[in-house]
Formats: sequence, structure tokens, C-alpha cells
Amino acid sequence: MNFYITSFGIGIGLFAFTALFALFAVYAERKVSAFIQDRLGPMETGKFGMLQTLADGLKLIQKELIIPAAADKYLFMLAPAIIFLAVYMGFAAMPWAPGLEPTHMNLGLYYIFAIIAIETLGILMAGWGSNNKYSILGAMRSVAQIISYEIPAGFALISVVMIAQTLNMQEIATQQGILSTESIKFLGFWDVSKIGGFFGWNIFRAPHLIIAFVIYFIASLAESNRAPFDIPEAESELVAGFHTEFTGWRFAFVFFSEYSMMFLVSMISVILFLGAWNTPLPNIGSVHLAAWTTGTAWGIIWIVIKTLSLVGIQMWIRWTLPRLRVDQLMNLCWKVLTPLAFICMLISGVWRLWLM
Amino acid sequence: MNNKVINGFTTAWKGLSLTIRHFFASNGKREVISASDNNYFKQLEKGTNTIQYPRQELPVPEVGRYQLDVEMDDCIVCDLCAKICPVNCIDIESIKATEVIGQTSDGSKKMLYAAKFDIDMAKCMYCGLCTIVCPTECIVMTNQYDKTVFELSDLTYQFSDMSAEEAAEKRILLDKQIEERAAAKLAAMKQKEGGA
Repeated sequence: MNFYITSFGIGIGLFAFTALFALFAVYAERKVSAFIQDRLGPMETGKFGMLQTLADGLKLIQKELIIPAAADKYLFMLAPAIIFLAVYMGFAAMPWAPGLEPTHMNLGLYYIFAIIAIETLGILMAGWGSNNKYSILGAMRSVAQIISYEIPAGFALISVVMIAQTLNMQEIATQQGILSTESIKFLGFWDVSKIGGFFGWNIFRAPHLIIAFVIYFIASLAESNRAPFDIPEAESELVAGFHTEFTGWRFAFVFFSEYSMMFLVSMISVILFLGAWNTPLPNIGSVHLAAWTTGTAWGIIWIVIKTLSLVGIQMWIRWTLPRLRVDQLMNLCWKVLTPLAFICMLISGVWRLWLM
Repeated sequence: MNNKVINGFTTAWKGLSLTIRHFFASNGKREVISASDNNYFKQLEKGTNTIQYPRQELPVPEVGRYQLDVEMDDCIVCDLCAKICPVNCIDIESIKATEVIGQTSDGSKKMLYAAKFDIDMAKCMYCGLCTIVCPTECIVMTNQYDKTVFELSDLTYQFSDMSAEEAAEKRILLDKQIEERAAAKLAAMKQKEGGA
């Protein structure tokens, strides 16, 4: 009985978190875009328009659910659920703090990578089920893009896994700070097991992982269909791409999952490259900053701060860079990122053998 | 190839630094100053943002060419504005008065009633010609630019201050006067003939 209570509790908690985060992120996105474009953004609903997304959500819930007459009814109805579930399930393997994780999975990273890929299926179902040229074009683009970008993303992640020698997210997180049981070396020569702080983060343990991090970050932008890789929902060409025909809460769920996806991919980057829930503050002599700022509450604070700053960078990039053309997108993926990711993986192997 | 990569990164960074500058530039409510102010474009240097329109408004000059307005007390119903209008948006129907009915503020005599003085603002092209030809300067353009209506017919402004009954009454009076005058003329002519 207790088992079910905790399971449902975790599920509901994660759902509540993703919902709250989506509300916050949509508001933040609108404000960020507004400030960048010298506007003020939503200002009418609540103080500084803070209730705007809540009002939008209420509106969407009340809207009629329209199914186009020629649509494939079941695919169309299932698609938003699958898109959302794929992202939502990804949160199951995410460590939030030392000892705090929804599930303890030895194959955590593998599982996340697999479950995120299911989102593609949902997008294709949405596009195909809508029976609409814009939707199917958007869906095809999205599928082509996500599957292509999974290759550099995958190799960037493998280069981390080769350093960490585990697929368990919690273990990867633990390795990057003072709680680590094995010795960690800053840039491969300076033992910082007792110092911790940002010196222990993966990108500083093996500096070629900075490149892997950039590769994964770019690929994750493409995977969450965000600008400059938002050709699946390119407004100027495809109306809204695969979610053109969706109304009401079905649309809300597609939207939800986009923002949850932003958080999820940022969180993966943070866990694998930026020290997960480890503090950025190192121990300096008798000032044990790292020891003082490590713990369950601190862990949540650090991981949320790091993840939100990455989400902020995603938004910043979205409102700066123009959309890539399809051929440029594939060019970048196959000719630039994939070879670079391969090189990173190679260096990781050498690094593991000779320097660790 | 190398150059391309470096170029890609530098240009991306240029764009990103530009947007982050705007992001932090000015996020408060804009201080509203007139476009004719000398410091108007200085605002751009420290960052500016959109005006929160219904709550804030840019001051417009009083002589702005927006809605037409007619001061009926000053109108002598000369019909010049309707004649000059390039799009025929002014529709005037006048009734001759039987006597001088008043004076405008600049001293012109009013000899005509305006039974109808309609301006169709939906047709108006805001050229302002009517305000130029008006001899008593009673038709003017105001600085009211925010005018929204729910019915197209509401855009036809009716400036005439006469009711239909009043107009009919005046018409009867005028007809009577014309008849009287015609009768008087006839009588005078008869007398002339008789006299001759």
C-alpha cells in the first residue's frame, strides 16, 4: 500500500511541477521576448501580468475540442497525450539532490534518451492524424530533425558516460562533487576530491567535455523544436506545424510538453556537464563553502538555479537567432556536430585510459 | 572552413550581445514625452519601450488632422465644405430662413437653417480642405484620434441641431413666404399692367 502511495505521490508531484513550470516558463518567455524587443509584454492580468498564463490556461480548458472531419480520430486524440507523457516520464530518472530521485535506475540516461525519442512518435501521430498539409510537413520536418540531432546528442552524452563509467544519473551527479567516493581530478592532474565546487564538474574534469556540452546544448535546442531550429512549427511557412489543428487542452498539452522538454533537456545538460546538484562553491582552506552548501535543500536549489539559467539561455537564443533552413540544419548536424561529437568521444576514451 | 566557423560564432555573439543589451536596457514604464520634444530621441540611448496605450498616450498637437468637428452656432450653411470635399463625405441640406436668424461669433449673418449636416467619417480622407474653405472657421479637425464604433452608421456624425418637425415647420414657413412673395409680385405686376 505504501508503495502505491509513494508512487502516485511522486507522479502527481512531478506533474504538478511540470504544470507549474510550464505556467512560469510561458510567462518568462513572453517577458524575455518583450524586453528583448523593447516591449513590456503582458501587463494587464495581475501585477505585471503575472496571472496571464493562468488566465490563458483557464481559457484553453474551456475551449471546444475540435476534431477535423477528415482527421484520423484516434491518432489525433492520442497524440498530445503521447507527446506529453514522453517528456513527463523523462523526469522519472532525474536526480534532484543527494538521495532524492524519483526512481533509482541503473540505466537512467539510456532510459531518458529512449523515452524522449518517443515524443517524435507523438509528433508524427499529431501531424499525420490531422490530415493537413501543414501539419504533416511540420511533423516530417520535426521527425527528420529530432532523429538527426539525436546522433550528435547521443555521442556527446556517450563521451560523458565514458568518463563517468555509469549510466546512473544519480551516480554521475555524485561523481562531480565532494560526496564522490572516487578521486576527481581538475583537468586531469589536480585532485579536487576534497575541494569540490565547480572544479569537480564534468566540463572541468575533462575540458573537451565543454565542446560536448555545446554540442549537446545545440542538439537539445533542435530536439525541443526551439528556435533557431523551430522549422517544424515555422509560423511563417507552416502556420503552427504539427499542432495546427489542435484546440483547447489538447493544444495546451502540446504546449506544456514543449516547455517541460526545455526544462528536461536543460536538466540533463546540468546533470551530465555542469555538476548536477553540486555546489559551484569550492572549499578554500578552512572555509568549507562546498561542505556547507551541500545537502538535500541545497541540492534542489543548485540544480534548479543551473537548469533555469540554461532555460534562460535557450530563450535568449530563441529571440536572437533567425531560423535555419532545412538544408543548413542538416548540414550543421551531419557535417559539423556529428564529427565533432565523434572526436569528443575519442578524446574521452584516451582521457579515461591515460589521465584518470 | 575555419573562417566560417569563427564567423558563425562571432556573428552569433554579436546578435546575442545586442539582444541582452536590450533585455537589460529599460524595463520600466516609458516616460511619455511629445515627439516634438528635443529629448525625444535621447530616450533611445538609455533604452525605451512601447507606450501602454490606453493608460499612456503620446501628446498630439491640437491641430492634428483627426476627427472633424462642427460648431453649429457658427455655421452659416454655405455648403462650401460639401462642395470642396474630394470624397463627398459631407452631406448638407439647407432651408432658407424667412428672416435673419442670428449671428455667428465673427459677425456673419445666418440666413439658412441646416436641416441636415452629416459627415461620414468612414469616407473622410482627412485632407482638411473643408476646414480651409470654411468662411466662419466653424468646421475644424480635432486631436481626437481614438474613435471606435460598433455600427458603421455610427461613423456618420450628425451635427444638425434641428429636429425633423422643426425642419418641416421651417419648410412650411418658407413655402408660405415664397407663396406670399409670388402673390405680392403678381399683384405688383397686375398693378403695373393696370397702371399702364
